[in-house]
Amino acid sequence: MNTRKIVLALLTTLVCSSLMFAGTVSGKVTYTGTPVRQKPIDMSKEPSCAKQHATPITTETVVTGPNNALDNVVVYISSGAPDDGQVPTQAITYTQKGCQYVPHVLPMHVDQEFQILNDDQTSHNIHPQPKINTEWNKSQPPGTPPIKEKYDKPEFIPVKCNIHPWMHGWFVVLKTSHYDVSKEAGDFKLPNLPPGKYTITAWHEDYGTQTADVTITGNETKDVNFTFKAKAY
Amino acid sequence: MHDVSAPAVHHHAPPTSFIRKHVFSLDHKVIGKQYYALALVAALCGMLLSWMMRIHLAWTNAAIPGLQLLSPNGAPGGVMTPEYYLQLMTMHGTIMVFFVLTTAPFAAFGNFFLPIQVGAEDMPFPRFNMMSFWVTFTAFIVLMASFFVGDGPTLGGWTQYAPLNSVGSVGGPGQGLGVILWMASIGLFCVGQLLGSLNFITTTLDLRVKGMSLMRLPLSAWAWFITSCMGLTAFAVLMPACILVILDHVAGTSFFVPSGTVMNDQLLPHSGGSTLLWQHLFWFFGHPEVYIAIVPGIGIVTHILITNMRRPLLSQRVIIYSMGALAILSYMVYGHHMFVSGMNPISALAFSFPTLVITIPATIIVLIQVFSLYGSKLRINSASLFSLGFISMFVSGGVSGFFLAQPSIDIMLHGTYFVVGHFHMVMGVAAMFGIFAGTYFWFPKMAGRMMNETLGKIHFWLSFVGAYCIFMPFHYLGMAGNVRRYSSFVDDFLQPLLPVHQWITVAALLTGGAQLIFVYNLIHSRFWGAPAPDNPWEATSLEWSTATPPPFDNFGGKHPVVYHDPYQYGVKSSVGDYVMQTSPEQVVTEHEEK
Amino acid sequence: MAKFFAVTIIIIAILSAIPVLRHTWDMPEDISTHGSLIDEQMTETMIEAGIAFLAAQFLLAIFIWKFSNQSPDAKIKKFPGGAKALVIAALLVVGIEVLALGVFGVKAWANVYLTPPAADAMPIQVQAGQFAFYFRYPGPDGKFGAIHPELSNEGTQNYFGLDPEHDPASRDDIVAAEMAIPVNKEIHLLMHAKDVGHSFFVRELRVQQDFVPGLDVSLHFTATKIGKYEIVCTQLCGLGHYNMKAYLNVLSQQDFDDWIKKEQAMQ
Repeated sequence: MNTRKIVLALLTTLVCSSLMFAGTVSGKVTYTGTPVRQKPIDMSKEPSCAKQHATPITTETVVTGPNNALDNVVVYISSGAPDDGQVPTQAITYTQKGCQYVPHVLPMHVDQEFQILNDDQTSHNIHPQPKINTEWNKSQPPGTPPIKEKYDKPEFIPVKCNIHPWMHGWFVVLKTSHYDVSKEAGDFKLPNLPPGKYTITAWHEDYGTQTADVTITGNETKDVNFTFKAKAY
Repeated sequence: MHDVSAPAVHHHAPPTSFIRKHVFSLDHKVIGKQYYALALVAALCGMLLSWMMRIHLAWTNAAIPGLQLLSPNGAPGGVMTPEYYLQLMTMHGTIMVFFVLTTAPFAAFGNFFLPIQVGAEDMPFPRFNMMSFWVTFTAFIVLMASFFVGDGPTLGGWTQYAPLNSVGSVGGPGQGLGVILWMASIGLFCVGQLLGSLNFITTTLDLRVKGMSLMRLPLSAWAWFITSCMGLTAFAVLMPACILVILDHVAGTSFFVPSGTVMNDQLLPHSGGSTLLWQHLFWFFGHPEVYIAIVPGIGIVTHILITNMRRPLLSQRVIIYSMGALAILSYMVYGHHMFVSGMNPISALAFSFPTLVITIPATIIVLIQVFSLYGSKLRINSASLFSLGFISMFVSGGVSGFFLAQPSIDIMLHGTYFVVGHFHMVMGVAAMFGIFAGTYFWFPKMAGRMMNETLGKIHFWLSFVGAYCIFMPFHYLGMAGNVRRYSSFVDDFLQPLLPVHQWITVAALLTGGAQLIFVYNLIHSRFWGAPAPDNPWEATSLEWSTATPPPFDNFGGKHPVVYHDPYQYGVKSSVGDYVMQTSPEQVVTEHEEK
Repeated sequence: MAKFFAVTIIIIAILSAIPVLRHTWDMPEDISTHGSLIDEQMTETMIEAGIAFLAAQFLLAIFIWKFSNQSPDAKIKKFPGGAKALVIAALLVVGIEVLALGVFGVKAWANVYLTPPAADAMPIQVQAGQFAFYFRYPGPDGKFGAIHPELSNEGTQNYFGLDPEHDPASRDDIVAAEMAIPVNKEIHLLMHAKDVGHSFFVRELRVQQDFVPGLDVSLHFTATKIGKYEIVCTQLCGLGHYNMKAYLNVLSQQDFDDWIKKEQAMQ
């Protein structure tokens, strides 16, 4: 009787203490050098999309922010996270709008359902091109219901539209739910990390990957920055 | 002329079991009916597909309730995707050209009536004949299976151009397994037709009874004979072409894919192939194929018209020679499908001249038909109405050929609705009218019952007017530049043409609905029609001299003897204004073929 | 019913001819230098085909009207001249007519396909790939950089697989999604197929030519009127075929030069 109470109390303390101790890794992603100019996209073959952009949008292979910030970098825990198996339930969407994929990079957990929406007046045919997951492409005429899909293996999957060749994006399927995408000033934040040793990976679609190791002991915020080297071509 | 000695046929005993009588039958009459039933089912499928296509073209983003059950990916929420439209379109063309237009006028009526019209008990190779039907049936099943496997049927059109047909699923939905099933199906179809041609040719040449010289054969028999000669050579080229495509898919060959092909930002591993090679192989088959589709109709409606005009043609021989000329010329013209294909422009001129010249035998046929009406005693019934309608349609569809035969004009009309209007009228509708005419004419002999004449006439009126309402506007669309094989019309210059498409869709739905009157008439008459006499049309050819329906061995153990040519009408005989081919009675006549 | 049928045939024939005679749906105006011969052929053919069509349908209708429902005692009459007259008529009338069309059409065809481009024609390369047309101008060096299919990358808009890092000739190439040309200047269009069969069709220019994968074909033409025209794909190339088009902008020389400068700056 007594033993049971003690074990229960110890467990509760451990759980509460792990909840109390949740650190954060945050930082900035930047670049050095001069990135290649992003070309403007001529959407004249699709007038209903072209007129949605007062000035033509550019390709999004390299998206930068103020002070050499590098955006659309997926920063995630690649090892050390204790809760990798739990599939988040919140809804995530990938929207075709103005003949552009919004967001350009969509991270998701393995087996997490995501929805593809078509906000345009034209049909799109979304064609993700995985190498290990199952390849499919689906047409989505305007006004039809969202496409619901999920992937069961971690992979960085380029996405294209079969009908509009300039549309390009990424699905990033991860086995962790601790991820963020750098935006605007290049900031990212990975909260709710229990104490432990972690490897953080930063992935950019053109500049490759970088890793950093970090240890969380309690509630602290650890600062980790990544700097990528721009390519001339 | 010369007499043919007693024909050498392998006698086979009448079947007794249900399976032998109605399923795996060696009897050419049962095989003919089986082909007819296959063509009927195929025609209804093809028509349904055309409805779906037309509804999508007129109201592109509308949901067709229930379509998502047939294909959740192809029609999410019932709205047809662009690829599903193309898949339905491909199946529509393939089913109609192969399983309706090649099957009904030639394999269905030909199998039933050619042996009887030459006086034979059956065809010389009844087992090959049975095989030909079941191979064709299997081909149909294989083709329809593509709706239900993988990502659906192929979307490359019935013409299946390379390299889209050979690159595999990178080319689009249906381009992997869908293509392989299409090629396998059509390859099998070719085998079935080759077996059939074997039988038709040998029947015509070797099994004619005493007195039945070649010139005394009815025009329908001549048409089937000429068609089977075309089939032998045309299908023999298509079949290996289909095999080569399958090899490109499964054996790593590159017959039709050149090097440097990039799809999805990936360089494909193929090299050395020629995309034009497919077009040459396909059209070498494809052009004779359209004559295979129409020549039986020409023979059948001319035969029916003569019976209903109560007088022979101005010249029967000229029709025979003209049909023969069409057949021979049909091999020399195929490059007119390839004028802007990248083929040598001088070849284009070389193909253009025979194409223009082929107008001549076609014109001669129509002139003989029309001017034989002069001074005749024309009877109006469903069969003769559809036969006359055939002539009107054949003319309408044929004159648009003047345009397409010229490469310089083809620059503006290739790949437009003008072409689609041309072939639907001259081949689709005209051949269908030939099938209808043949049905109304021969149903009494095949089923032993009469069809309902009133329903037949209503069917004719709705079909004749409806077909013009549907297909005449296609030519105007083509002149305005309306490109074909588009699943929807998004280009600026196409917007003003949308109301025309809506008119066409409404006309197509109504005209298609009218065909159900025919199907009802067919089925109702089969079971409850008035019993048919042996010779309800007072006709002369051998099928009318035997019982209705004919006995198992066609002539009840007797070998008929032929004394006359098949068009002794307008004479005075003991039975009326005609004398049957098998009647020994001599009559005063203007001309008699020996 | 026979008479009703005859009248129906005539009404259908006349109704069919009306939109043609009233030019309700016609070819758009010709803005090319070679198109007048094509248009003449078209008119000639329409007249001859139209006459043949109307004559045949009218004759069919008249004979149906006159020779049906005859009494059983009526005599069968033979058309004067019989089959022989008809065969000769067909051979002579139709034969001469179609051969004339064929012979006169040779020049219209030869102008497009059997004449070489002028020595100072402006070269533009067009690439057709599922499902868009992209155009390449050689830039100030007048040379097109080599196409490296393995470097093709739609995400970075490297549609032609150019290698500016290692290939200097490609560095000044201008790649655009619309085709701008100066008016009254002969263009030498070099046609490259990226993947499957496509076709280049501009109605007003009176040109249509398939792209042949593995074979680079070319066309030449001159546009005579400033304006914006549509280039559409007319060879079934996959699910996006219906949406495969680009605009042709025929500009004054000045506007064209400005356009080239603007495009160059965006590369």
